[in-house]
Amino acid sequence: MKVDEALVRRIAHLARIKVEDADVEHLKGELTSILGFVDLLSEVDTDDVEPMTSAVDRCMKPRPDVVNDGGYADDIVGNAPVKDDHYFMVPKVVE
Amino acid sequence: MSELTDLTIASARKGRTDKEFSAKELCEAHIKTIEDANEGLNAFIVTTPELALALADVSDQKLQKGIGGELEGIPLGIKDLFCTMGTQTTAGSHILDKFTPDYESTISKNLLDAGGLMMGKLNLDEFAMGSSNETSYYGKCLNPWKRNTDGANLVPGGSSGGSASSVSARLVMGATATDTGGSIRQPAAFTGTVGIKPTYGRCSRWGVVAFASSLDQAGPITRTVEDAAIMLKVMASYDPKDTTSVDIEVPDYEKSLAGGVKGLKVGIPKEYRMDGMPEEIEQLWQQGIEWLKAEGAEIIDVSLPHTKYALPAYYIVAPAEASSNLARYDGVRYGLRVPGDDILSMYENTRAEGFGDEVKRRIMIGTYVLSAGYYDAYYLKAQKVRTLIKRDFDEAFTKVDVLLTPTTPGPAFAPGEKGSEDPVEMYLNDIFTVTANMAGLPGISVPAGLSSEGTPLGLQLIGKPFDEAGLFQVAQTIENAAGLLPAPDKWW
Repeated sequence: MKVDEALVRRIAHLARIKVEDADVEHLKGELTSILGFVDLLSEVDTDDVEPMTSAVDRCMKPRPDVVNDGGYADDIVGNAPVKDDHYFMVPKVVE
Repeated sequence: MSELTDLTIASARKGRTDKEFSAKELCEAHIKTIEDANEGLNAFIVTTPELALALADVSDQKLQKGIGGELEGIPLGIKDLFCTMGTQTTAGSHILDKFTPDYESTISKNLLDAGGLMMGKLNLDEFAMGSSNETSYYGKCLNPWKRNTDGANLVPGGSSGGSASSVSARLVMGATATDTGGSIRQPAAFTGTVGIKPTYGRCSRWGVVAFASSLDQAGPITRTVEDAAIMLKVMASYDPKDTTSVDIEVPDYEKSLAGGVKGLKVGIPKEYRMDGMPEEIEQLWQQGIEWLKAEGAEIIDVSLPHTKYALPAYYIVAPAEASSNLARYDGVRYGLRVPGDDILSMYENTRAEGFGDEVKRRIMIGTYVLSAGYYDAYYLKAQKVRTLIKRDFDEAFTKVDVLLTPTTPGPAFAPGEKGSEDPVEMYLNDIFTVTANMAGLPGISVPAGLSSEGTPLGLQLIGKPFDEAGLFQVAQTIENAAGLLPAPDKWW
């Protein structure tokens, strides 16, 4: 698996990370190396194997479906870089 | 008063109850060592001496009344991945600039409720991604141990590098840490400390900054096995706020310490004997086998055939989960925001500036393996391999009670020595530890001797699910045989 420039840019876009032109070259090499390493798995026969969905053999505990938390909007927006009253402020999205 | 910092948690607890010293004196002695050391070691991202002294006063009042908790007045460090109410929590990342939680993680709350003193927040690899503590935005943390061959400064391991370094250097008596692929056990091995990653679900993950949710598990780093048992008992709990937290009683781990290993079946997995493994690691392993045999354990060779696939599978599962977990850092709700022309460029600029190189690499790998058309080939395949890895362990544990392996494939290295050309070189550090995370099993690293370079080496024990008590029992036997390491020579 060889990662080319187009793929680096596509993944970076999907990941919402801006990539500078100067970084494309080393990212190509590093991502190729990591994907080459994980390709070792292709030699394992997993045809009749179920994927692991939980690290422990236990069911999650159900809880009553009730509101049991909340009511502190001040705290929720307390760490926001830009806020107005109880709103998170972002650049204009709708014209 | 410097000798106060040499005490173990167990002996400090006794001295404090016998009124040989006050919690305040113990706290002040540690504040002094932290002030002297932090410039050289960079173990703390932020120190909280005022908070610690205020807590120590409360501890002294409680001790006066005879109502002190399990860890009353014991100076502890908290890895800066645990949210602490009113104290900045950075995860070692620029993207969490100025983030100050309004809540306390369940584990740090358990420790505070038991009377523990928080001395500050400890350095780590950014978002716990790394094996050397070199990826922290707040600078690398150093190992108090130096190589005697060339006198080089060394990494403390990672990601819990600050936790391991501060405990080893006597800045705190114990520290919280987290382990997604080896981040408790590998730094413990590199610094001559004890580190246990409990069974997945034993400790609550609530309030711990998430890296890979199906693998992350917190545990303590301490200087003795007994101290690890004391600390884990307080840290572990059932927590309704973490749906993967398991509701079973926390045993009194201290009671299992004297159990010994007579008649115990100890498995030696042949796949952990890797090509190119240094001779001294092999010798250490053999020494561990001899120690346990001498105490009456039965040594049994076992096979875990899928061992070599654990690390590649990890580098699909962990980045995939990380890319999902770290999607929340977008400059909107907390932390860093870098403006852009529109909302998309604001996201992209914020994440480009806020994340370091290793974190970006892992987010990108994770994004790729989860993207349309590749999910089955990578993520699903890795989760199937995980089933096979777990099955290997299940099979082995029908024959043995515990497994003994080296913790790391080599001793601590110097900053810049590994992974600068190829990230995979750094990843190989976790080759012996990552299997326990993939299978959700408990693992402990115990100091077992020194390398030819005069630096600590660790042996690892892997146990059955929720058999932390069994691990402590065997680990204590190894510690008795190996003897405690001396304190590292102070150069900082």
